Amino acid sequence: MTILDLSDVSKSFGALKVTDAVSFSVPKGQALGIIGPNGAGKSTLFNLITGNITPDTGRITFLGLDVTRRPAMDRVRMGVGRSFQIPQPFEGLTVYENLAVAASFGQGKSEAAVTDDCVRILHDTELMRLANTPAGALSLLDRKRLELARAMATGPELLLLDEIAGGLTEGECKALVATIKGLHAQGMTIIWIEHVLHALTAVVERLLVLDFGRVIGIGEPEVIMASKQVREIYLGIEA
Amino acid sequence: MTHHVVTRTRTGTIAGIAAVALMVLGLVLPAFASRALIQDLFTILTLLTLAQLWNLLAGYGGLVSVGQQAFVGIGAYAMFAGVILWGIDPVLAIPLGGLAALVLAVPTAFFAFRLQGAYFAIGTWVIAEVTRLLVAQWKALGGGTGTSLPREATSDIIGVEAIRALFGLREAAARDVLAYWLALALAALTIAAIYWLLRNRLGLALAAVRDNTEAAKSVGVDARRIKWAVFLIAAFVTGLTGALIYVQTARISPDAAFSVTDWTAYVIFIVVIGGIGRIEGPIIGVIVFYILQSTLADFGAWYLLTLGVIAISVMLFAPRGLWGLLSARTGLHLFPVQRRLITAGPDHGPSMTKGEKEP
Repeated sequence: MTILDLSDVSKSFGALKVTDAVSFSVPKGQALGIIGPNGAGKSTLFNLITGNITPDTGRITFLGLDVTRRPAMDRVRMGVGRSFQIPQPFEGLTVYENLAVAASFGQGKSEAAVTDDCVRILHDTELMRLANTPAGALSLLDRKRLELARAMATGPELLLLDEIAGGLTEGECKALVATIKGLHAQGMTIIWIEHVLHALTAVVERLLVLDFGRVIGIGEPEVIMASKQVREIYLGIEA
Repeated sequence: MTHHVVTRTRTGTIAGIAAVALMVLGLVLPAFASRALIQDLFTILTLLTLAQLWNLLAGYGGLVSVGQQAFVGIGAYAMFAGVILWGIDPVLAIPLGGLAALVLAVPTAFFAFRLQGAYFAIGTWVIAEVTRLLVAQWKALGGGTGTSLPREATSDIIGVEAIRALFGLREAAARDVLAYWLALALAALTIAAIYWLLRNRLGLALAAVRDNTEAAKSVGVDARRIKWAVFLIAAFVTGLTGALIYVQTARISPDAAFSVTDWTAYVIFIVVIGGIGRIEGPIIGVIVFYILQSTLADFGAWYLLTLGVIAISVMLFAPRGLWGLLSARTGLHLFPVQRRLITAGPDHGPSMTKGEKEP
């Protein structure tokens, strides 16, 4: 079953074509990694999927429904969860409250109905011991975990992770990768933008390479990383 | 191993009992208090209500309005219109004040919500000034010089006769008692309603929107709708308060009813020195403000300079206000809103928040 499908999606800002006829689809349960040099249009692609940006042309379907013109809020409620590149916690709220607000509004349920969900996610993301700590007091790793946990709390069918491993130490990165791997093992569909390649390849089954807004390769990570074109464009290696 | 969420604390419960006791004391106070005290308390209670509402807007909703005098003024004028034009009892005309403010709040929000931060503040102020200028054209209500409530309307306000008989007071004093009781009820209901709102799901959403609007939207919180709701609620109750203030004053002019100093600047001062974003803040703030006013009011310009110096000092050295300072030192919350996840069972659950004990 296909969760997300983009067909011929394009977006320009003025004369600059940041997304150029992008087509791909993500089956349920898959983890897809997106790589590409800075300015390749990765974040724009995320914003198109979340609905923060509307494409100029093309079609986006989510769970079989055309969501091309649906506002971001609708898509959250339909099951598109996202984490931000720079963690954006609700600093005045505790970790638990951060999850509670996401779960309650993302799933359209009462606060009481989401407590168990939040507790499970706190366990999965190793934040249980910090449940009653104000989010403003968290370390970078825990802020990243909170980004992930809060996105999970909205009850997503599809989880979008935006450079969640960036800025972490080797050890922290390993811990976070293990957490994400755990979520994926439970069946979560993931699209993950990442510069930290080894983190990405430890989880994803499929890799998409973006350059100048175009998809220049999509497939198994080993095949993609070995491809001459990708090595030239993305890694800057002369073959 | 089970989990549950609590907001109640022991201090919160004690504070609740104390609040009920204070209410009872407040209700019976006119039996033995002087008229001057009742009048002073009326002023304090109405300022407290305005401050709670401004705190809801700015402290919780992130809407820093400098135009709340628009709703005080339009509320007061709507009450006057009800009395003078349609012959309604002044007390029964108070709801008209709330409705008029609500109606004015719709176009105000429509324009002002297009502006952010400082521009929003200035925008609301401009709208208030425009409203003042328009109301000053209303000849039937005295135009630019204003008017008074007619003698026959103030002489038989509903309930005044009963209060006269109850306490053996003269008519004017009985009117003050009635206004005071209404102010007490309005302040108590406003605080209770805000507290209820904050403990509700909407309170979480408000805090999320205030902390980070983009992130709030990304988890499904309709930030725009919440801001609208808060703005309209605050305007409605501000309008009621304005109408009540002018039932007691019985004399109105556009300059007084739409005064940015009286209905917004002082109110901001109260919230800022008391502690923004906390229900306790405006309560502390209004007490401090009242003490300053009664001790320094004779010094004219020096009084205002002192207020300014105090406000700036608090902003620099205690940005969370006097209550914030106290609360940070003692962990005291009289109106606890924080949800705490409590784990019962063998699992090592989350640690308790500092300074609070499980009830």
